[in-house]
Amino acid sequence: MTRFSAWNVFWQGMSGQKGWSRQWRDPEPKPHYDVVIIGGGLHGLATAYYLAKNHGIHNIAVLEKGWIGGGNAGRNTTIVRSNYTQPGNREFYEHSLKLWEELSHELNYNVMFSQRSHITLLHSPGAIDAASRNYNIMRLTGNDDAEIWSLERLKEAAPHLNYDATARFPIMGAAVHKRAGTARHDAVIWGYARAADQLGIDIIQNCEVTGITRDGSRVTGVETSRGRISTYKLGLAVAGSSSRLWSLAGMRHLPIESHKLQAFVSEPLKPLLDQVVVFGMGGAHFYISQSDKGGMVFGGDLDWYKSYAQKGNLPIVQDVAEAAMSVLPCLGRVRLLRHWSGVVDMSMDGSHFISKTPLDNLYLNAGWNYGGFKATPASGTYFADLIANDRPHRVVANHDLKRFERGIQLDERGAGPDPKLHG
Amino acid sequence: MIRIPCPFCGTRDHSEFSYGGDGSIKYPALDAPMEDWHDAVFQRENICGRQVETWHHVNGCRMWLLVERDTMTHEIHSVRPAHPDMAQALEVTA
Ligand SMILES: Cc1cc2nc3c(=O)[nH]c(=O)nc-3n(C[C@H](O)[C@H](O)[C@H](O)COP(=O)(O)OP(=O)(O)OC[C@H]3O[C@@H](n4cnc5c(N)ncnc54)[C@H](O)[C@@H]3O)c2cc1C
Ligand SMILES: [Zn+2]
Repeated sequence: MTRFSAWNVFWQGMSGQKGWSRQWRDPEPKPHYDVVIIGGGLHGLATAYYLAKNHGIHNIAVLEKGWIGGGNAGRNTTIVRSNYTQPGNREFYEHSLKLWEELSHELNYNVMFSQRSHITLLHSPGAIDAASRNYNIMRLTGNDDAEIWSLERLKEAAPHLNYDATARFPIMGAAVHKRAGTARHDAVIWGYARAADQLGIDIIQNCEVTGITRDGSRVTGVETSRGRISTYKLGLAVAGSSSRLWSLAGMRHLPIESHKLQAFVSEPLKPLLDQVVVFGMGGAHFYISQSDKGGMVFGGDLDWYKSYAQKGNLPIVQDVAEAAMSVLPCLGRVRLLRHWSGVVDMSMDGSHFISKTPLDNLYLNAGWNYGGFKATPASGTYFADLIANDRPHRVVANHDLKRFERGIQLDERGAGPDPKLHG
Repeated sequence: MIRIPCPFCGTRDHSEFSYGGDGSIKYPALDAPMEDWHDAVFQRENICGRQVETWHHVNGCRMWLLVERDTMTHEIHSVRPAHPDMAQALEVTA
């Protein structure tokens, strides 16, 4: 395969772009693989890539029922940040952010990672205190990019926000995470797919897993729409479908509920907003950034009831539009271009699972709530490490399915065991 | 918009209600073993298809309801008051 480089881009430009080869193969499934990963989203592909790269396992298949990136990987609003404070999450997301900073080089694929800062608006002295506590935790654990900004500083950086002193929730300041930003989600999918393929991994699309075969507490293989495949180790990375695959493996319960989250993009505008801006106040929740094409990309709360339908409801459209108007009133006349939704697996404490399971050789990657895009490189790294070594890495030691039994909840919001509240 | 036929108020938009969760969960006795409590609080079957769930008609009669709903199509199959005595009383008067 042709590597991407300045020279190659120049040379192909001179020779009619005829020398590029396809980015990854379209192989027929083999009857056996050492490791099978179900789910061709970000986490499945990243896991396969790191299994090959870090652990030397190359006989791997990634099985995807549709096309890679057709799930949440291609539906998210691409925010990457590490402003988490719970032990475990703190290290996990900061490691992820460090991997993001090198990802385009690592994959030889421009994922357009743009560290444009992530601004959380603050509307009360209490909110400033709480944010100061969290951002001090970040500073004490390695993020000197965590800052609390005054109103004056914020006005300079983001002049178009609603600074009206008579607004329902006047802005008083902001918590700013400067190394955070956005990336191009499709490019991340394609980059991992291309890099994994180069390491010999078979990416098999249009291959739905319809059954998981077992011999006692061991998984022996999977039934798929393209035939039976046997394997030594099976990894699940199916995001919103975790419970369904779990039941295919003959088990019933997970600390997960499937909910649906919507996102929106407007017609392209000239540069308007240089950062990711987040507003959360009085039950409202809204976040927005501007894509490189100029579209305003935004979203808010999930749909408030459990659902497997990848179709959003209208009350949320209204909520989000209201929040948009209160944060950036200048958007009032902007037209919406597209609107979609994805099914996310909301966990009982809002944190993820990279875990062994009751079955000896089945491994689970799940519970990403609405924050799994930013997690991609670390998720792949630690899930691959778990599958290769059959024991969790120190950083994800409490991201197992049994943490609640041990009395541990990684609950960033302190919302309690109700999945829909962990947005 | 999902439309929920509240047995007390009639059919209303779901935005009048707040969603509880899996209605099949029964909390164990207070002195039940920790595992039973763990399972009731944290473990979910997370059914794709018909499930019984709790909804609170918070901007209406404020009653808790047991709604049987398809989590894929959002079709409502049945609605009854969550309180068993209330359900029984309704049946008698009907
Ligand atoms: C609207 C929205 C906005 C979001 N915004 C952000 C954000 O700003 N920042 C952030 O960090 N995160 C965000 N997220 C979360 C993030 O997108 C997800 O956590 C992440 O993409 C999930 O991991 P994945 O990419 O592996 O999932 P997916 O891409 O969903 O991959 C799972 C794959 O499994 C496949 N699959 C399912 N069942 C089977 C089967 N039986 N056989 C074979 N394959 C199967 C599916 O087809 C799917 O392709 C957002 C999510 C949504 C929906
Ligand atoms: Zn009612």
